Order: sequence, then C-alpha cells, then structure tokens
Amino acid sequence: MSTVVAEKPTGSMQGARLPKWFTVALAAGSAALGIGISFAAGLDSSIQWALIAAILFIVGTYVIATVVEGKRQAKDRIATSLVWVAFMLAVVPLVSLVWTTVVRGVKVLDVYFLTHSMGVVADSETGGGIYHAIIGSLEQVGLATLMGAPIGILTAVYLVEYGHGKLAKAVTFFVDVMTGIPSIVAGLFILSIMLQFQMQPFGFAGSLALAILMMPVVVRSTEEMLKLVPNELREASLALGIPKWRTILKVVLPTAIGGITTGVMLAVARIAGETAPVLLLVFGNPFINNNPFEGAQASLPLYIYQQYAGGTDASYDRAWAAALTLIAFVMILNLGARAIARWKAPKTGR
Amino acid sequence: MSKRIDVSGLSAYYGSFRAIEDISMTVEPRTVTAFIGPSGCGKSTFLRTLNRMHEVTPGGRVEGKVMLDEENLYGTGVDPVAVRREVGMVFQRPNPFPTMSVYDNVAAGLRLSGSYKKSELGDIVEKSLKGANLWNEVKDRLNKPGSGLSGGQQQRLCIARAIAVEPKVLLMDEPCSALDPISTLAIEDLIGELKERFTIVIVTHNMQQAARVSDKTAFFNLAAVGQPGKLIEIDDTERIFSNPSVQATEDYISGRFG
Amino acid sequence: MDITTKNSDANPPAAPQPPTAEEKRAARGATRLGDRVFLGLSRGSGILLLVVMAAIAIFLTYRAAIAISKDEGNFLTTFEWNTNATPPVFGVAVLAFGTVISSIIAMVIAVPVAVAIALFLTHYAPRKLSGPIAYVIDLLAAVPSIVYGLWGALILVPNMKGLFGWLNDYFGWTGIFSWQEGAPRSMLTVGILLAIMILPVITNVSREVFRQTPRMNEEAALALGATRWEVIRMAVLPFGRSGVISASMLGLGRALGETMAVATVLSPSFLIQTSLLDPGGGTFAQNIAAKFGEATEYGRDALIASGLVLFVITLVVNGAARAIIARRAEYSGANA
Repeated sequence: MSTVVAEKPTGSMQGARLPKWFTVALAAGSAALGIGISFAAGLDSSIQWALIAAILFIVGTYVIATVVEGKRQAKDRIATSLVWVAFMLAVVPLVSLVWTTVVRGVKVLDVYFLTHSMGVVADSETGGGIYHAIIGSLEQVGLATLMGAPIGILTAVYLVEYGHGKLAKAVTFFVDVMTGIPSIVAGLFILSIMLQFQMQPFGFAGSLALAILMMPVVVRSTEEMLKLVPNELREASLALGIPKWRTILKVVLPTAIGGITTGVMLAVARIAGETAPVLLLVFGNPFINNNPFEGAQASLPLYIYQQYAGGTDASYDRAWAAALTLIAFVMILNLGARAIARWKAPKTGR
Repeated sequence: MSKRIDVSGLSAYYGSFRAIEDISMTVEPRTVTAFIGPSGCGKSTFLRTLNRMHEVTPGGRVEGKVMLDEENLYGTGVDPVAVRREVGMVFQRPNPFPTMSVYDNVAAGLRLSGSYKKSELGDIVEKSLKGANLWNEVKDRLNKPGSGLSGGQQQRLCIARAIAVEPKVLLMDEPCSALDPISTLAIEDLIGELKERFTIVIVTHNMQQAARVSDKTAFFNLAAVGQPGKLIEIDDTERIFSNPSVQATEDYISGRFG
Repeated sequence: MDITTKNSDANPPAAPQPPTAEEKRAARGATRLGDRVFLGLSRGSGILLLVVMAAIAIFLTYRAAIAISKDEGNFLTTFEWNTNATPPVFGVAVLAFGTVISSIIAMVIAVPVAVAIALFLTHYAPRKLSGPIAYVIDLLAAVPSIVYGLWGALILVPNMKGLFGWLNDYFGWTGIFSWQEGAPRSMLTVGILLAIMILPVITNVSREVFRQTPRMNEEAALALGATRWEVIRMAVLPFGRSGVISASMLGLGRALGETMAVATVLSPSFLIQTSLLDPGGGTFAQNIAAKFGEATEYGRDALIASGLVLFVITLVVNGAARAIIARRAEYSGANA
C-alpha cells in the first residue's frame, strides 16, 4: 500500500513558491498594460481598461502559477484574486454613495436649512429647508414606534415565555411572513382602508403602515434576546414564589433590556428611511403641519424624493442635504444601538 | 514508509505569549510516542507544530527546527500544505465533514491531490476503511452522511480519512477523549495496528492509555500558569511509568498533581 | 380576548413556606389577576399581529376585486395601464416581467459578489481590516433606499453610458445588450442599483454564517493538506449553503419590493424591451409610486390590485426559501 507514493523524491515538501511581490507586480503590470491597450485601441471608458486589466491579471496569475506552483496552488490564487476583486468592486459604489452624499449634502445643509420649511419656495429657487419634514418624520416614526414596539415586544414575550401551542406556531409563521412584506404593500393596505372610509392623507396613516413594518423586526430581535436569558434566572425567581408576570417584568425583561433596546432602535432606523408608504398615505406638504392626525404632512425620505423629482439644481442640492440629514439620523440610531448592545450585553460567562 | 521526526530547539508562540519553549526530541519511525502532562502544558500546541497547524491559529508562530527524515518542515520554501500531506492529523473531537457521505469523507484528501480513476478511488477508500477497522460497519452505508455514525465510528472515519492519503506520520490529539470506553478500546487496538505503517504521535490525558499504546512517553510540564510549557523528559514508556528519572514526572504519574 | 384557556405555566408556583389558607387565597387572587392581565396582553399582541395579517389579505383582495371586475383588459396579460379611460384597461404583464427581470439581474450580480466579500472578511482579509469593514458594511445595510435611489439617479445613471456603449459594441448582436443611445435608465441600471442595495444585506448574513463554520471542520480540511480555497470548498461553503440561500432570499425579497430606488432610476413605459439597455418597462412597486399621484379612486384600486400580485409573489419567494432551507437542514451541519 505504501508503494503508491513511495517513489516521491526527497524534498517533496519543497513546493516551488512564487515570491510575495508576485501578486502586486502582476497587478501593477496588468493595470499598466490594460491602460496601454486601451490607449492604443482608442478606448476611453475606465470600465474598459479596468476590465482588460482584470482579465490580464487573472489569466496571468493562473498561467504563471500553474507553471511554477502547480494547478492546485493556481486555483487557490485565482480564488484569492477573485475574492479581492469582488471586494474592491463592491467598495467603489458604496464609497461613492457615502462620499457623494456627504460632499453634496454639506452644500446647503446649515441651521437655516434645518429650521425652515418649503412653504412658498419653488423647486427652482434656492433656499427653503426641511423643518416641516423633520417634524413630520419625528411624529410619524414616533407614533409608529409607540404602536409597533410594545406590540412587538409583548408578542415576543408571548412566544418565548408562554407560547407552545398552535397559536404560537401561527404567530411565529406569520411574523416570518410579515418580515417579507414590501413596504409599499403595507402602504397599500392602509390605503385600502382609507379608500374604504373615504379618508384624506394624514400623518398617522403613515405611522400605521410603518408600525406594521416595524412589528416583525421587533418581534424577531426581542425573541432572540429573551432566548438568551438563562432559564436558571427564571426558575430562581419562580422558586422564590414570585408570580410569573412579575418574574418576566422584573427579571427577564431587565436582563434582556439592552438587546431589546438595540433591536427597537434598529427597527426605528429602518422605518425612518421608508418612503413608499409615506408617499401613499401622508402625501407630502411643503408647509409645516404639526398635527399628525389631520392633513397631509411631509417626511424626510419623501422630501428627498420630491426634491429629486423637482429636477432643478437647487432642488437636487436640497435633496442631497436632506439625504445627508437622514443618513446621519439613521447612523446615529445605529451606532447608538450598537453601543447599547455592547455596553449592556448580558454576560454569558463564556 | 514512516519517517523519523527530529525536533530541535523548538518554541511556539501565540502572539507575544510563548506557549512552549526550547523543545528537542526524536521520534523513531514505526513507533507510538505518547505526550502526557497537565492541562495547558503545551503538548497539543507542540503536536500542532509537527504538521504546521499551529500557524493556522491567529498569531501562531514557531521558532526552531522540525526535521522529517532529511527535510526541515520550517525550512525556506517549504509549503505547509505539502507538509500536511506528509503528516496527517486526527483531532480531539471526531470531525467528519458534515455535508459529505462516508465515502466522500474518506476520499476527500485524495480528491484534493488530483486524478484518481473511480475504481482506484474506491479501492483506496475500501483499504483505508479496512485499515481503520470500520469497513464492516459502514460498507452498506457508504453513501449516507458521515455525521450519522456513532462517535467512535466517526473518529475511526477520521482516521480512515487521514490514512487514505498515505501520510508518513499520524498525529493524534486526544483522539479518545470524546469517546466511550468501548470505542476507546477499538481506537487503541487500531493504533497498535497502524504503527506498522506510520510514525504515530498521540496526545493523551489518560495515563493508562499512554501506558497501553505507546512505546515512548514524553512528559511535558509548566512552571506556573503563564509560563511556557517544557519537555521534562522522554523515555521508554515502561521506564517512565516505573522509574522516571525526574521527580516531577513521578509526582504527575502517581497522581500527586495535575 | 380569551384568557381562560389552559396554560398551566401561568399558575404561580408553590411558595416555599406554606402560608395560611387565607394568605394563600389572597396571594392566588392577586397573582392570578396579574398573570391573567399580562398573559392577556402578550397573547393579545400576538393575536393582533394575526389580525393585521388577515386584514391585509382581506382588504387588498377586496379593493383589488373592485378594480379587476371593471377591467376591460386581461388583468394578467394586458400591456397597458389606463385606469382613467372609459372603460378602464390595465394589466400587470409588463410589471411582472420588469419586477422579475430586475430582481434576477440584481441577484446574478449581488449573490456571487456578496459571497466573495463574506469570504474575504472571514477568510482572506487581515484581521485588523476585516472587523472595521464588516462594521461599515453592517451600517451600509441601514442606508435608506431613497438615498440609494438619489445616488442611482444622479450618479450611477450618467456613469453607465460607458458600460452600455461597450456592451452594445461587443454584445449588441445578442439583442439583449443592444442600445439605442437613450438615457441609461433601463432595467440593467435598475438591476445594478438593486444589486448594490442588497449587497450589504446578503454579505452580512453570509458572513455571519461563514463565521460559524465549525473550526474543527476547517482544521480537518487543513490537516488533509488543503489549500485555503480547498478548505473553503470542503468545509465552509457546504456548511454555509443554506445560510447563503436564505440570505439571498432576504435580498431577493427586498429587490422585488423596492420602490424608490427603481422609481428614481427607471424611465418607465408600458412595453417589454427585448434589450436590457433600452429604457422602458416597469416594476410593481415603481408603477404604484409613479401612478399614484395622478390616480383617481378607481385608479388607486387598480394599483392595489397590482400590489396584491406583488404581495403574493413575495410570499411565494419567502415560502420557497423556507422550503429549501428545511430540505437542506439535515445536510447543513448545524446539528453536528
């Protein structure tokens, strides 16, 4: 049996290796050659020379590595290059997105912008601001959170602490289904009710749709957190004769509160950026409307859309500035949520 | 075709922490060498330096020389991937690939190294499973998932997988610690058979096991927690268990610490 | 609300010291009430969720039925959306086609790239780099879709011309990639933008799955003399397969229902373009956003009808995803 590989020469582990600078050199060479070919052939698109360079690089790696190191190593190198290329490919648009938003957003973003509405400002005029949109967003998202968060948390409590039967199974299943509802469908649902009862757009209608989008997210994250609470804690509390509901309120929920807060904040961040339901239900309004229960309101994401649709340089500037504000708001919520998660994470002792 | 291992001046690090210090020893071909010692003494770390698995751990780094017959595993230009073909390994917990069948698990290593004909592959798989004393138990379920076997069978499957590629050396890192006594016995019997073909190094916490299966025993110890582990002595197993030359070895074996 | 059904858990456990009968009764009364209220509230929330789901299905179907009953065209096959005409004529064929095509493009681009990035973060990138990058990608998943839409319309669209010209030059003969020099507000651009949008989502979930590959499986492969790529092929990808599938389905769900990013980028029309590069077509969500402003009450019902179709499609996709995962569960290695 040992004869199969017995004749291997000594030094069999001495795999010939390409030097470390090989990859870098080949990449640089391919890029140069790619640009060279593009110039020679009169191609001017950056995509073209990048593509030529990438193909040169990959083919080059494969051929050279196969000759020097063998096929398996060559495959390994190809995989490595492809993974790196994919990463860099993805970085370009994502960086561009953030970069453009910041650079173009700061242009008109100032205190005036934050404290004035769009009342009597035409699309083509400069000036105007997002005060009315901020008010609208805060009210709609706030109301949605007031509805969505408690219902979501209570549902999760039911599923983890009480639910074993058919009802719990049904709820779990439909929470899954609900997670997949497109935001515009949630908007259409509320719209269908409004059509049924002949109602005009108002802020709270948007909140209802946002709450529907929020609930499954909160249920899922809260469920995860409650499952992390060790059963010993519950048993210890119950064994002291503390009733179950007080055990949940005083022991289980406080233990998981960090994670639950994180989940709620992430859900808030998600619905704060939703445009579609707001477009259908709240409609948008250039004037300040502080009452979410009557009359059309503005909202930040919707404002961005409408300023984009305005189609002038002045309105584009406003759209970017509002986008920057919205991203900042969402990011602050996200970072805050993560900070809380890290800070209040239940110590698992591992 | 088993080979001699000759280690000299070997130290291994995790980042800046030195886990084992200045170890030198020789392991003869066609023998079983057991590593014993208290937890944290670096015997597993040392084992993993013998097939360059230590450097897979983030921050893992090795200094010194490990000669496999004429060749230094840590010499310049040596490919760690090639080293691991020569020096196979069996782990503490059975780790068959969960998504592969019994057959594919054994063939996994062979498929890496290139082209075998289907019949050739089948022969080697059968031979390896027989070599691991597992053939009779699994020959009717070669296409079932490997994770469906019992723990002891899984571990023998892992041994079959390791020996299928015909390594020169077989490293075993506490191969029985997750198994019941009957499975343990099966593996110990197997080790006795395998040493005809491979150089075997086994880490164990079980003193009786070391006494039963090994020809030589190496005792590792550390001065204190946070200190690097060292090789205290290596000798014939019989001597280590009857009349060790170092007091610490005797204390450990007689159960006075560790 | 029904709170009297059996639930033995709700009973208070026996107190450590046997209290007097009177105390017992008082205590039980109090705890029973508290437990009942709390159970009622939490179960009520669960039931409310079910009611909402039912209401969504019922209301959408009801309003959709109103619209479809008056539709003079075939709701499923008509290439037109004219709800203000008398009689009204509209159908979802173009929208269904556009929704599916744009999502397919997005998936074809996003899934391999996302898997590659996830592998990059777990197995290739230097440790110091991968942590922060993963964090940033996590944050990018939270960027609102309208911002992607704004960026797509104002930055991506003008930058697509080069690629479109190139595709037309070399692959124009296929018909799929021919281009008539129109603004690149076409299905391909939409697909690419959707791919960029869902990339962080798929990457995050895949990375999480790959990270959980049992260390011992990777070591088993390494010890057999596998290269890094072979370790990934043998241990990481098989283990993560079902996770990647569910991540992709999550991304697909987003792509199917995405409204604003499509509405800002696409230049819609009610016909199916054979070329992915020529503007035209539409998606369910985009059409709703675009047509809503001018729609009469009847027109809105028609849009609701199209939304119902979208709803059903997303349900089917999610169901399929769950079925795939369930079937693969035994081989997923999660139970090992």
